Amino acid sequence: MVTIAMVTGFILILMGLYGALTNPNILRMIVSFSIANTGVNIVLVAIGYIQGRTAPILDEAVPVAEAAARIIDPTPQALVLTAIVIGLGVTTLMLTYAYKLYEMKGTLNIAKFSELKW
Amino acid sequence: MIKRALVLLFLFALGTLFVELLLTYTPDTQLNQTGRYYAEHSAQDLGTVNITTAIIVTYRGLDTLGEVTVLFLTAAIVGVLLSRGDHKGKSLQRKLPQSGELLTTGSYLLVPLILLLGAYVFINGHLTPGGGFQGGAIIASAILLMLLTDPLRHFSHSIIAAVESISGLFFIGLGVLGIFYAGGFLDNRLLPLGELGSLFSAGVIPIIYSFIGLKVGAEFSSMLVNLSETEDT
Repeated sequence: MVTIAMVTGFILILMGLYGALTNPNILRMIVSFSIANTGVNIVLVAIGYIQGRTAPILDEAVPVAEAAARIIDPTPQALVLTAIVIGLGVTTLMLTYAYKLYEMKGTLNIAKFSELKW
Repeated sequence: MIKRALVLLFLFALGTLFVELLLTYTPDTQLNQTGRYYAEHSAQDLGTVNITTAIIVTYRGLDTLGEVTVLFLTAAIVGVLLSRGDHKGKSLQRKLPQSGELLTTGSYLLVPLILLLGAYVFINGHLTPGGGFQGGAIIASAILLMLLTDPLRHFSHSIIAAVESISGLFFIGLGVLGIFYAGGFLDNRLLPLGELGSLFSAGVIPIIYSFIGLKVGAEFSSMLVNLSETEDT
């Protein structure tokens, strides 16, 4: 279970990085970064999972007294919630800059932006 | 060609690293010390049923404040970068095909329901999976649906800004009140903890999370509105 989630996450990270490094189109690079970001989040959540336990919410199935023995680690979940929100902010900023770049050059091909190239 | 080979080489190295990590990874069978503390104390000390919410709003509340600030900065930068001197008159000139009957009628039915679901998710953040960030995103999705139905619709920037600033002020204000009347900044024991598992419990957590929900919803909406009001030149 953990292995499947972690393998999926690692594959998504590699796929996203491959797309970001080989695509010449800026929009496709942004999509690739989002995919890699999702992969990182999946790996982080998978690390908090403990075999045979349930979500960190107390109810009839998880009484307060037994909480420590019945729930999975809540810390990575809180961390990933933060990471998702920040990831969304980063994606929005990338899209905005992509729009400004398009406005400037009329193209989204990264090869045409040669000002910082050496 | 060389570039692609280099990329593949880099990804192969990274992949080897990941395989190594995966093979040597042994899953925990017990909670670690931090997780155990949260599991044992959040119900008694803070009165929350959802432990993740207890971590986000109270134990690590300062980090959440930072996170909301980052989101606010993002929304502000998007607004500054995309702002035009006179885009009010310009954005009305676009000629667009009619959006379909299904989309228009469907949005009349769905927008109020989506807003209701968003409010439900952030008000019940201390009881059910969910909370301010998720509820805010749901509310922004209602705005997105309205924008899809009518891309020329004008949303009042001042209302969005007012909702955002007021909820931000209340969030910080409740945190500061915690210094004087409870254990510290963003302490939730400002109000009585109430009965574990009921709607009015966990002190100020539902109130703070509702303000976070409104703030996040307003920030996402302002990003969407700003992005949709840009013009092709």
